Amino acid sequence: MLLGSLLLLSGCSSSTAWGWYVINPWTPAGWTNVKFLIGGMGSTILISIIAAAISIVLGLIVALPGLSNRWGIRLINRIYVEFIRSIPLLPMLFWVFYGLPIVFRSMGLNIPIDPFWGAIITLAISDSAFTAEIYRAGIQSIARGQTEAAQTIGLNYAQTMRYVILPQAVRRILPPLANQFIYIVKMSAFASVIGMQELTRRANELVVTEYRPLEIYTLLILEYLVLVLVISAGVRWLERRMGSDERG
Amino acid sequence: MAETAIEMIGVNKWFGDFHVLKDIDLTVGAGERVVVCGPSGSGKSTVVRCINRLEAHQQGTIRVDGIELTDDPGSVAAIRSEVGMVFQQFNLFPHLTVLQNLTLGPMKARGLPRSEAEDRARMYLERVKIPEQAEKRPGQLSGGQQQRVAIARSLCMEPKVMLFDEPTSALDPEMISEVLDVMVELAEEGMTMVVVTHEMGFARKVADQMVFMDAGEIVETGAPAEFFEAPKSARCRTFLGQILSH
Ligand SMILES: Nc1ncnc2c1ncn2[C@@H]1O[C@H](COP(=O)(O)OP(=O)(O)OP(=O)(O)O)[C@@H](O)[C@H]1O
Ligand SMILES: [Mg+2]
Repeated sequence: MLLGSLLLLSGCSSSTAWGWYVINPWTPAGWTNVKFLIGGMGSTILISIIAAAISIVLGLIVALPGLSNRWGIRLINRIYVEFIRSIPLLPMLFWVFYGLPIVFRSMGLNIPIDPFWGAIITLAISDSAFTAEIYRAGIQSIARGQTEAAQTIGLNYAQTMRYVILPQAVRRILPPLANQFIYIVKMSAFASVIGMQELTRRANELVVTEYRPLEIYTLLILEYLVLVLVISAGVRWLERRMGSDERG
Repeated sequence: MAETAIEMIGVNKWFGDFHVLKDIDLTVGAGERVVVCGPSGSGKSTVVRCINRLEAHQQGTIRVDGIELTDDPGSVAAIRSEVGMVFQQFNLFPHLTVLQNLTLGPMKARGLPRSEAEDRARMYLERVKIPEQAEKRPGQLSGGQQQRVAIARSLCMEPKVMLFDEPTSALDPEMISEVLDVMVELAEEGMTMVVVTHEMGFARKVADQMVFMDAGEIVETGAPAEFFEAPKSARCRTFLGQILSH
C-alpha cells in the first residue's frame, strides 16, 4: 500500500531528483524566480492591511447593536454575525467578484470590481463577523460594577463608555484583534483564484512554467510562515504592553 | 431631625416573579445614620440600590431631598448628584490613577476645571489619610486603601447622602478598622449615611437607627440601645445571636 503510493508519486513527478535549483538565489535564473515569488509579498500585505482596517471599523458598527437592552436591536447583530460567519470564504469571493458587479449594473450603477478590491471587500466582510464578536465580548467583560460606579459619580451613558468602559475594553480587544489579522493574511491566498497577483498566485504561475511544485510551494509556505511569525511577535509585544498597563 | 433626607413609602420590587422588596417604609432624616442588617439575600443591597436608581422599584414612592425618583432621567440625574455610593467590591477604575479616579466625576459631570478638581481630590485623599497614593493605580493599593479611595471618590462629588453596601466585607480583617475609622469621622462631621454592614461595633458607635431586614421586609427598626439589648422579634433575636456570638 505504502509502496504503491510511493511508486505513484514518483511516477507523477517529472523527475525524481530534487530541483531546488529553480529557487537557488545564487544562480541568475533561480534569483529571478525568487524575486518573482517574493514580489507578491507587497500585495498580500496591502490587501490584508486594508481589509483589516475596514473590518475593525465595520466590526464595531456591528457590535454596538449587540450590546443593546432591546432584543429587536440585538437581533440585527445576531443575524449579521451568524449569516456572515456561515459563508465559506471562496463562495463569498466568487459572489463579490462575479456577482456583485451584476447587482450594481441592475441598479444602474457602473462600479467595476477588480481582483484587488474584490479580495479586500470579501476579506473585510468575512472577518467583520469575528471582529464584532471580539468587540462585544470585550465590552461585556468589563464588570457591571464599573458602569454602576460611573453612574454614581454622575457620568452619563456616553461619558461612561468613553472614559470608563472603552479604555478598559480596548486592552482586552486589541490582542485578539491583532490575532485576527493572521487569519486575514492566510485567507488572502484565496485572492489568487480571481487573478490577484499575490504570493500564492505567483507561486502557481511559476509552477506552471517550471514544473517544480514541491520546491516552489515549499518556499511559498515559508513566506507565509515568516509573515505570520512577524505578526505573532507583534501581538505578543502588544499583549505584554497592555498587560503591564493594566497592572499600572 | 427636622429635614428628611430619604423617604421610602410602600416600596415594592420584583425580580421577575421574585418579590424582593415588600412594602418598604423607611425615613432617614438629614444628618441621620442608619445601619441596615439582615441575613444574606434579605434585600439589603436592593434597598440601597433603589435609593440611587441602580435598581428601579415598581411600586411605592422614593424621595431623596424632596425629589421624587421617577423614570424621568432628569430626576435620576438630580438624585444621583446628591447621593454617593461605596460598593463592597470598591469598583475603582483600574486604568486611571487614584487622582484621576477622584477628578473624573467633578470634571466630566460637574464641569470643574482640572486644577480645582485636583485640589478637591487631594483634600479628600488627605481626609481618608492616603494623600501619598495619588499617583498610583488602584491595583497597587491594599484593599483597605482602595476602599478609602472609593470613599474619597464619592466625597469629591460633595453628596448630601452617602450609601455604603457592605464596605468592609471584601477586606482582610486587619484592614477593616482603617475603613471604619474613616466612616466614623464622616458620621461625626454630620454626613447622612445609610450603611449595610454586619460590623455591630461600628453600628453601636454611630447608628441613630438600626434596621433589620429579612426576606424582603423590614422586620424591626429602633435605636441601637433597645435594638441590641431587647430585640422585639424572634427573627431579629436569632440573627443577632448568630452574628454577635463570634
Ligand atoms: N439582578 C437580580 N436578578 C434577580 N434576582 C436578584 C438580582 N439581584 C438580587 N437578586 C436576588 O434578590 C435577593 C436579594 O438580594 P440582595 O442583594 O438585595 O440581598 P442582600 O441582603 O444584599 O444579600 P447579601 O448579604 O448576600 O449581600 C436575593 O435572593 C438575590 O438572589
Ligand atoms: Mg448585598
